[in-house]
Amino acid sequence: MDLHLRAVAVLGTVLLLLLVLELVRRRRLLERYALVWMAVTGLLILLALWDGLLTSVASVIGISYPPSALFLIAFGFVILLLLHFSVAVSRLTDQSKVLAQQLALLDERVRRQEEREALASEAAELERSRPRSPASR
Amino acid sequence: MAMPTDERRLAVVPAYNEAATVGSVVEALHRDAPEWDVLVIDDGSTDDTAGAAAAAGARVVRLPFNLGIGGAVQAGFRHARDERYDLMVQVDGDGQHIPSEIPRLLEARAENPRLDMVCGSRFLTADRSYPAPISRRTGIHLFAFLLSRIVGQRVSDPTSGFRLYNRRAIGLFARDYPHDYPEVEAVLMLHHHRLTMCEVPVRMYERGGGQSSIRSGKSVYYMIKVLLAIGVGLVRRRPVPAPGDAAPVSAGAGI
Repeated sequence: MDLHLRAVAVLGTVLLLLLVLELVRRRRLLERYALVWMAVTGLLILLALWDGLLTSVASVIGISYPPSALFLIAFGFVILLLLHFSVAVSRLTDQSKVLAQQLALLDERVRRQEEREALASEAAELERSRPRSPASR
Repeated sequence: MAMPTDERRLAVVPAYNEAATVGSVVEALHRDAPEWDVLVIDDGSTDDTAGAAAAAGARVVRLPFNLGIGGAVQAGFRHARDERYDLMVQVDGDGQHIPSEIPRLLEARAENPRLDMVCGSRFLTADRSYPAPISRRTGIHLFAFLLSRIVGQRVSDPTSGFRLYNRRAIGLFARDYPHDYPEVEAVLMLHHHRLTMCEVPVRMYERGGGQSSIRSGKSVYYMIKVLLAIGVGLVRRRPVPAPGDAAPVSAGAGI
């Protein structure tokens, strides 16, 4: 892989890694997800720097032009990451469904309780006011 | 009614933008099925469904946003489980299910008390007048054919939501109920968990208002999705996590 291409590949992935680290530092990205990204970028940097590794990986896959292998591997990781996030979104969907149900059921229970209490206090109010003005009705 | 009514009974009415019909459904339930508590699940409606249901005298659970029919009905299962109801019946808020037909579901249970679910079917009667577009009916019959083969008993109306559940079924579906078009998959889940069901013929009305969750344009998507769910359900070894399992995508029983 020629030096120019290698420089671009390394620079790109390093920038991505720095962005990920910065997002974690600002608490915009959970460590749980950052780790996946850091592992991916680390591996891509390794492949871009270590020419022998990339060449042998490319020959194993059957690609004669090693830089293509780099992009193929990067693309594979992108697919895996997307799948990872689909799983995460599915879990969040399910969790938000359960939360919505639980919230709605509790809300109904609270409203019923409040109605009961309002009725009880109204009745108590009536009870208290009655002896004072027995002839008012 | 000949049945003993010391059983606690809950009628769950899922309703999404059904303000025009939900009130009359609740009134019909109070009139024709007075021994049932009525709980309307307002599935994040943008009209006054909740107000109409409350005005008719139902208790109303208001979901904060639209979950779809599966999520709405599951809220009903959770309520039935938490409040220890013995029986639950689902009656759709659009008015197509007829509360005076509930005794037919109960009769099946009276004959065989071990049934976990009794399903009202439109297709068991001699009266073939149920008005459904041919595309939807084709889908229904395809599912009926597949499900009947898989569960080893005749299922004529797998998309009917007019169903009676006992405690075991309530417990199962409170833990896990399918998302978008749940009825077909629910039959499969029941089978996987060795719960029993039967169908009884019932009359149903044409939809009173609102819009079916199965619009004609979406019916192909619906069929493919449910077919996928049936296939996945077949290969999934344990559809619902047992207590003590690692937390799965589906959330567990208690919070």
